[in-house]
Amino acid sequence: MTAAARVFFVGGAISYRALFNWIRPGMYVTTMLGSPLFQILFFTYLGRYTASEPESFFVVGNAVQVAAMSGIYGMTMGIANERQFGTLSPLLATPASRPALFLGRALPFIANGLVVSAFGFAVGVLLLDFSPAAGSVPALALVVLVTTCSCTALGMFIGSIGLRARDVFFAANLVYFLMLLVCGVNVAIDRLPGWMQAIGNVVPLTHGIEAARDVANGSSLGDVSGLVAAEAFIGLAYATGAYVLFRIFEAEGRRRASLETF
Amino acid sequence: MALRLFAKGWAFHLKTLTSSGFFVLVSVIQPIIFASIAFFMYEQGSKSGTLLYVALGAGLMGIWSSTLFGSGGAIQWQRWQGTLEILIAAPAPFLLVLVPLTLATASIGLYSIVGTLVWGRIFFGVPLDFAHPLQLVVALPVTVFSLGLLGLMLASTFVLYRQASAFSNLLEYPVWLITGLLVPLSLLPGWVTPISWLLAPTWGVKAIRDAAIAGNPSAWPAIGMCVLLGAAYLVLGWFFMQNFERLARQRATLSLT
Repeated sequence: MTAAARVFFVGGAISYRALFNWIRPGMYVTTMLGSPLFQILFFTYLGRYTASEPESFFVVGNAVQVAAMSGIYGMTMGIANERQFGTLSPLLATPASRPALFLGRALPFIANGLVVSAFGFAVGVLLLDFSPAAGSVPALALVVLVTTCSCTALGMFIGSIGLRARDVFFAANLVYFLMLLVCGVNVAIDRLPGWMQAIGNVVPLTHGIEAARDVANGSSLGDVSGLVAAEAFIGLAYATGAYVLFRIFEAEGRRRASLETF
Repeated sequence: MALRLFAKGWAFHLKTLTSSGFFVLVSVIQPIIFASIAFFMYEQGSKSGTLLYVALGAGLMGIWSSTLFGSGGAIQWQRWQGTLEILIAAPAPFLLVLVPLTLATASIGLYSIVGTLVWGRIFFGVPLDFAHPLQLVVALPVTVFSLGLLGLMLASTFVLYRQASAFSNLLEYPVWLITGLLVPLSLLPGWVTPISWLLAPTWGVKAIRDAAIAGNPSAWPAIGMCVLLGAAYLVLGWFFMQNFERLARQRATLSLT
């Protein structure tokens, strides 16, 4: 295994294990599975009462959205915690490949997001009579994978800002909750005011959720390829922005000797 | 003396929580976001006549969140900051130190009521014609008190578990759901209703809605239930707190997490 591959895989795995708050079974189950379970139930029951959309609309929207929890919070912590825990300077003093260092951290969160989303869909099937179109599961899995990747890219972006900002977790929380509103999770995006639609169209999730709903209703992967491509492109843009910010803040931190100052 | 300690403690914690970005998010921004989602859903489902119902429910969601996260982690935070030993060793009863803190966590939730009403008025045209202003003036502080005392019970039980924040994360949505804040209890399975009766947000939101919305029954019975539940939470919280304090002294585990 080359040095860069080792940094990518082993470094990413160690970084994930360092999320001490998350990886205890009790904490993982309650936060990563319990909270999404009740989120899906809450919004589906609210949707049932308001009769604003069919129930599957809420099941799919929320089952895809809960994957963002891992991507956004996890990735923000995966980068910004280096500064909080005082390990940023030693890390950046190493000659390790920066892309490997950076991208390797994303892998466990993408896998985690997929697990959480799959759990969300299972909740829909078992508790809410959700039944996706026959044979749609592989396409649905691919759509969720792309969406989870783009959400993780947004988490990278916020995490990179955390190399400079004082309270990046406020931003992570704010972005996560705003996504519930502007990404068409519980309200169809064309029902939102124009300025919310404009925001929703340039952040991850929106196109992914729309594609997932279409696939669950029987559309083929080809039918939603434009939406999936848009989701992937948005994710790529955020990942690129995150990497650029990471390198800028690294260089600036070195020049000003301010890597770990707040 | 006790009254002074209570008032000073409440004001101090209210200021501290207000200056915390996390609590501003939980008590102001998050309820506004959830209220907006609910407004859109209600409007789309042609239930626009109930927007005040939604604004008040979303406001109560904020009170519950700030109480849950604030009170659930109250003792743990004192522990991390190294002030728990000092507070326990002080001559004042620990209960008198903790109750102002848990009440403060519920009190900042009032920001969420104001926030969702103002937001709803400006952007969604929510009518702010309150049917029984006097009942509303009583219902609001009584609801905050009952939730604050529920917070005391949370604080005194969560302290026994290392992963208290996990419980907080877990309990936010279910209590929103089973206390009828946005979804009527009649829509949920029958076994949920008796559980909801034991939770102050159920009666708090009923009291506030009965006082605010014309055509509803009098708010006094629901206000009475808030008082009753608050008293029960205080007794239970006091009992759990004594148990925690005794065990921590015996085992010398006060500062250990």
